[in-house]
This record gives sequence, C-alpha cells and structure tokens, in this order.
Amino acid sequence: MCGIVGLYLKNPKLKSKLGAMFKPMLIEMTNRGPDSAGVAIYRNPTKKAETKFSLAHDDANYNWKSVVSGLNKALKAKSSGKKIGNHFILVTTAKEAAAVAWLKQHHAAVRVVGSGHSIEIFKETGLPANVYEKFDLDHASGTHIIGHTRMATESAVTTAGSHPFATGADLCLVHNGSLSNHNRLRETLRKEGMEFQTENDTEVAAAYMTHKLRTGSTLKQALESSLTDLDGFFTFLVGTGDGFAVVRDPIACKHAVMAETDDWVAMATEYRAIAHLPGADKAKIWEPEPSKVYSWGGNA
Amino acid sequence: MNELDLKKEGIRGINSKLQTLPKNTNEKHWVVTNPMGQHSIAVGLDGPLQIDIKGHVGFYCGGMNKESEITIHGHAGVGTAENMMSGIVWVKGNSSESAGATGNGGLLVIDGDASSRCGISMKGIDIVVGGNVGHMSAFMGQRGNLVVCGDAGDALGDSIYEARLYVKGKVASLGADCIEKEMRAEHLADLERLLKAAKRKEKPSEFKRYGSARKLYNFSVDHADAY
Repeated sequence: MCGIVGLYLKNPKLKSKLGAMFKPMLIEMTNRGPDSAGVAIYRNPTKKAETKFSLAHDDANYNWKSVVSGLNKALKAKSSGKKIGNHFILVTTAKEAAAVAWLKQHHAAVRVVGSGHSIEIFKETGLPANVYEKFDLDHASGTHIIGHTRMATESAVTTAGSHPFATGADLCLVHNGSLSNHNRLRETLRKEGMEFQTENDTEVAAAYMTHKLRTGSTLKQALESSLTDLDGFFTFLVGTGDGFAVVRDPIACKHAVMAETDDWVAMATEYRAIAHLPGADKAKIWEPEPSKVYSWGGNA
Repeated sequence: MNELDLKKEGIRGINSKLQTLPKNTNEKHWVVTNPMGQHSIAVGLDGPLQIDIKGHVGFYCGGMNKESEITIHGHAGVGTAENMMSGIVWVKGNSSESAGATGNGGLLVIDGDASSRCGISMKGIDIVVGGNVGHMSAFMGQRGNLVVCGDAGDALGDSIYEARLYVKGKVASLGADCIEKEMRAEHLADLERLLKAAKRKEKPSEFKRYGSARKLYNFSVDHADAY
C-alpha cells in the first residue's frame, strides 16, 4: 500500500504553519502505511559555501559533538549542528564528498540520509504520529515538505528502508508501489559505482535517479526515463530544492490526487489526506495522468 | 430531511443507520455532511432512499447500491458505485479510477471526467460520463452501456464482451477485440434514453458505437497475436 503526501506553499505567509498543516495529511495516511514514516522538509537554507547533512544513528544518545569536532579538525572546517530525535542536522563548510568519506571512515554506523542546502530528512519505524512527534515537526516552518507512510512489501521494516530516499543535493524520493526489476537494476547500478544500504526497491529507484542526474540528465529527463527503465507499479513524489515533482507509471496502478489553491499545492495518495487543508473543499482537484511529469517550483 | 454529520457519527455510524432503515420508512431523504474524502460512504444500501453527500468522497462511495438515489455534490475517489445493483449514483464532479466497476445494474452519472478503467468488468450497469474517460475503460465489459460525451483514453473496451460503448469525442485507441460498430435504430433509442436520464444535451446522432468483434471469446490459436 503506502501513502505519500506533499505540500508546497505558494503563500509565504503560511511558512510558519507548514508543520502544523502537514501533520493531519501524514497521519490520515496511517492505515496505508503503519510500519514506518518519514518526511523531507525544506527550511533554513545554508550559505552557498556550506552543506547541510541529515545524519542518523540507531543510538539516540550518540555523541554528535565528537562528530562535529572531529570533522572540523580533520577537514579544517567550520561546522555546527542540532540533534533532533536520533537524527542530527549538520551544517558544515567541509566539501560534501570529503565529509561523507570522513564520516564513513570514522563514524561507520552514522547514516547519511540526505544532503543539500535546505533539505532535512527524518525517518523512523513506527506510526506516523509517533515519528512526527519524535522529530518535533508540529511547529516546524519551511517552504515545502513531502512525506511517506510505509506498508513494507519488498523488504524489511527498518529505518534505513524507510522513505524518503535522498537522490542528490536537496533531492529526495518517496514511492508508492513496488518495482519488479530492482535486483537486476541494483547490480547494473553497482557496476556504475552506486552504493546501497538496503535490499529495498525504492532505494534502487533513488540510486537510479541519482545516477541519471549525475550523468547529466535534468530531473524531468530522469523521471521520464524511469518510465521505461523501471518495471513495476509506482507513483513517485520527488522533493526538490524549490518544489516537488510527481510521476505515475504508464498504467497508473497507484492512486494519486493533486489539489491547488492560491495558497498551496498538495499531492496525496488519497484525497482524504488533502481534505484537512484550509480551503481544500474549494480547491482545484485533479488526478495526475500516467507517464506525465508534473512539477512545481521549477527545477524540473 | 435528516442530517448525518460524518465527523460526528463516523463512517460505521452513518452506514449502519442507513442500512438498517425499514424498507417502508418515511425518512427517505438523508444529507451527509463533512464527508472529508472518507471511504465507503453510503455503501450496501437496500431501499429507495435519497442521499445527498455534501462534499468530496473517497473510495467506493455508493458501492453495492440497491434502489437508492445517491448524489455526490463534489468529486469522488476510486471505485464509485462499484458493483451497483440498481438505483442511481450521481457524481456532480469528477470520479477517479474504476468508476462503476463490476456494476450489475442501475445508473451511474458522472457530470465531469472519469479516470482510467471506468466501467471495468461492467455486468449490466449504465454509465454516462459528461467529460472524458481514461485508459482501459470498459475493460472486459460484459453487459450494460457506457456513454462518454467527451473523449476516451487508450485501449477502450479491451477484451470486451457484450457491453455497448458510445463515445462522442475522440478515442485514443481501441483495445484488443474492440471495434467500431454500426449505430442502428435500437442503439439510437437506447442512447436517447440514457442521455435524457443523465440530463445531457448531446444528441444520439453525434456518437459512435463500439463493441466486441467477438474473436476472443474462446481461445483460438489463429488469434493468439491479439491477446
């Protein structure tokens, strides 16, 4: 099953209410995905020379201070960070690739779940309401947010197998559906140098997108080529630095609905998630067509 | 008129209330408020009730309906009026995938657009869509009529049996074993009756009829390529 939801604010006055507006959307999708939940929120953009990492560790009391001081010393960087649940949002002047390599060597159990300038990814097993509370998202402000509630089908219920999956700087992917050619595609992508943390099908889709984007495709091109290269059922919602994009498989197996008012654009697996937003009953509501890429906020 | 607030009563509260009314009840008109896109509103009704749902509904609204007239004053989700037996389900807005799926009888009217698989495996239901229908509509349709006042998506009537399809606009493509057929007087009369019932202004003469070429009913190796 799984539920996916996204909210993009057109009216900047609503920024401080993003977390509060999004909460009932995610929670309404609980019975589509009670195994785990995750969100990617876009907020507090860093300076150009800085990178923001979303890091996670199974131990909620992990010594993140030693990560910051070690990184600063080793890479002559200036870093700061904030612990939120068992995640840590690290902002650093270190080069992205060098920071990832250093983390892998010195803090092997730390997972890099996302990176960019404004994206912050939080994901965890458990009910969406608990996940939301754990990461203190009720009062979160930001420009846009996407989320996922997971009913696991293709792989185990773990934090690492939860969505969203990062696909590049400020990019991430959530998925409703299941892919049938992910094993073969994973092997192909491994040969191209991509690395995998799980046996999850969506991680393969995310790695596929990442690889496409790294080798020169635009987001729109990457999404369009996924329609031929990925076999299975999918509705994808992709978060970007300034908006989001939606695409459904060629026979539109998985539900999706979109709505727009003067204040916001929302996407959800089912309308009942959108029904909680102010003005939803008067919104323009439509169903995204199969094989067509929809995007908001440019970038795609 | 009686009002049922879904927010207050919950979906089970509303459905059990409507399903257990005696057949000869005088309380025939019910208004459902705050539907909030919830699923399975007014399903399994068995009696001549008049239900007005004020807002957008979720999946399976009016499913298995017998005799009731259910009006959705908004958009509808997946599987509207699925397996309807008789009565009327009327959607004032658009309807999502698989509207009228496996319907045995009654009339489903969608004033706006229907999505993919409209009338999938229809078994005798009449469906009138004011706008367009998506791909694979009337897939394996066995009986009944699907009237489309707009355009039809890809693979219309794929593997169709004896359902009759009438389309005014363009058909993106026909599915396996579905062909354009001659419009005879009996079809024009049928179409006139359906358009009138759905309060449409289109004329029967503006439509084309599609139906089964009847080549795929039984497996024949000569037709293997068509499957």
